[in-house]
Amino acid sequence: MNMMGWRTLKGAIGIFTAFGFLFLIGPLFVIVPLSFNAEPYFTFRPEMLMLEPEAFSLRWYETLFNDEEWHRALFNSFFIGICATILATTLGTLAAISLNHSNFPARRTVMALLISPMVTPIVIVGVSVFFFYSLPFIGLSQTYLGIILSHAMLGAPFVVITVTATLAGFNQTLMHAASSLGANAWTRFRRVQLPLISPGVITGGLFAFATSFDEVVVVLFMGGLEQRTLPRQMWSGIREEINPTILAVATLLIIFAVLVLFTVEWLRARTAKQLQHQ
Amino acid sequence: MGAFKASWLALPLVGFIIVTLLVPIFSLIRLSVYDSTVADALPKTAETLQAWQGTEIPSITTFEILGEELTTARETRELGRIASRVNRVLSGSRSLISKTARRLAREDAPDVRSAFIAIDEDWGQLEIWHALQQATKTFSSRNFLQAIDLGLMPDGSIEQMPETQRVYVTLFIRTLGVSIAVTLLCFLIGYPMAYAMAHAGPGWARVLLVLVLIPFWTSLLVRTTSWIVILQQQGVLNDIFVFLGLVGDDNRLTMVHNMTGTLVAMTQVLLPFMILPLYSVMTNIPRDLTKAASSLGANPYQAFVRVYLPNSLPGVAAGGLLVFILSIGYYITPALVGGSKGQLISNLIAYHLQTSLNWGLAAALSVILLAGVILLYIVYDRFIGIDRMKLG
Repeated sequence: MNMMGWRTLKGAIGIFTAFGFLFLIGPLFVIVPLSFNAEPYFTFRPEMLMLEPEAFSLRWYETLFNDEEWHRALFNSFFIGICATILATTLGTLAAISLNHSNFPARRTVMALLISPMVTPIVIVGVSVFFFYSLPFIGLSQTYLGIILSHAMLGAPFVVITVTATLAGFNQTLMHAASSLGANAWTRFRRVQLPLISPGVITGGLFAFATSFDEVVVVLFMGGLEQRTLPRQMWSGIREEINPTILAVATLLIIFAVLVLFTVEWLRARTAKQLQHQ
Repeated sequence: MGAFKASWLALPLVGFIIVTLLVPIFSLIRLSVYDSTVADALPKTAETLQAWQGTEIPSITTFEILGEELTTARETRELGRIASRVNRVLSGSRSLISKTARRLAREDAPDVRSAFIAIDEDWGQLEIWHALQQATKTFSSRNFLQAIDLGLMPDGSIEQMPETQRVYVTLFIRTLGVSIAVTLLCFLIGYPMAYAMAHAGPGWARVLLVLVLIPFWTSLLVRTTSWIVILQQQGVLNDIFVFLGLVGDDNRLTMVHNMTGTLVAMTQVLLPFMILPLYSVMTNIPRDLTKAASSLGANPYQAFVRVYLPNSLPGVAAGGLLVFILSIGYYITPALVGGSKGQLISNLIAYHLQTSLNWGLAAALSVILLAGVILLYIVYDRFIGIDRMKLG
């Protein structure tokens, strides 16, 4: 193949790649304008394409803000998400600190165990916790506690991974210095180690929260009407009566995702800077 | 802080994961082979039938015990569950048992055996007794056999299910096929994207990374919804096709609620999991390598296939494993956009869990799926090494 041929091929791959990005991000941009549709349709009507103001409205957002069920779903999502995050972050951070010690016994096996929730197919997790928590002597099916425990379990591996990564750049001599200045273990942890690894802890926490916030299989299998979360409510919305309220929720969730993304990236940049200083 | 003290800090999470994941998985495995419903509800019948040879109709004592226990079960409202369990062994048993328990007290006959046979002469046949004997056994391979389209007959022999009832093997194969297809599609689409990100200038690289991360952080339900909006018959894509004159307004394409919907939506949803590990590996491939290859006379194709691609393989392997594992247990997307033709094994697990209430079968299907995943990890670890996996 000559120079021209290679260039054509490169151009073709370039166009294919551009379509890849369009394929990945495009669907999200389709949802946003449709959520302002004045009519109960899922399609762009000619009036919308002409940008006529009457074609747009906030009616679906109004419906959303006045709906009891969506209120409860929003509350449930945040309540379950925050509880699961606190649990996952606390346990995950402690475990990561402990794993960071070089003489940790059977490190590989323990790490594999701690990561296992992340690599078990979600349907198997859902089925297992459903059966186990339905056992008469456990009785956690259709309870907040059951869902919180499951979500904390699903989120903990992310905390372990992010905190372990931050600890890799943590200078252990700082702890020895604090120790020589008379600080006890708790003070050393709280005043020296925690502030330095906090970006990793917060990133892990955000991952754990996002995991819970987006999780629907466990909620679907194990949760009752009481415990319906946002994605669970969307699930019913899509299956039962599909109307643009779903698109309004989706738009708000996209905005939420963008906020989480920028927070995580900002924290990552901060950690990188800190590592450079050291 | 001593090392001993420090390792204690991992214990709470280790214990937590054991209690909230491993123990439930063990209870799942147990449920797939163990069921004591009938044995618990009809304890004496169970005991008597275990000693029964199975060659002739049981003695009158057995009839008496069964009659007594069925009457008790009817009073304690256990009867429905028993009947449906026996019905799984021998279809038709449900109505037979319910009918018998209901009529037994009123039946006017010289002895219990004649009463049973007067209610239904099936009680004078061996088949129902074999079925009862099997249902009273607590351990059974029935669920696993059913999960691979084999039937455990009342007399203990194993037969292939009639063709119309063979669904599970097909579904396992379909799930495997879809997972492979989605993994390949993610690789084909994601590889050049990751390459573009790794080799763009710093400004563009950041923009492209954000374009990948926004969908990554966006709720799965949102992304699945957007595919319904795009692919449905009155949807955006069909509108564009009609506008461009590619298809007529009256024969719009059916792209959702079938296999196309499942494949397209799953590929888009899982694409970031392929791109991110690839990107992380590609940023660490020295730029000089391909240049060196070209200076040694390799054409762009050779430089790519012989030098760049092998160096990016850890990323391909990590992304591939991640996408494959995620897609093999996928439930939400196929359930919402798959219709009946695009359903995967996980949808059937959910069906037996929530609708048919055949929990043993749901458990057996899950255990087979889990075994497949574990096998995959072992193979992966042997050939590539879990340690070498990079997750970005």
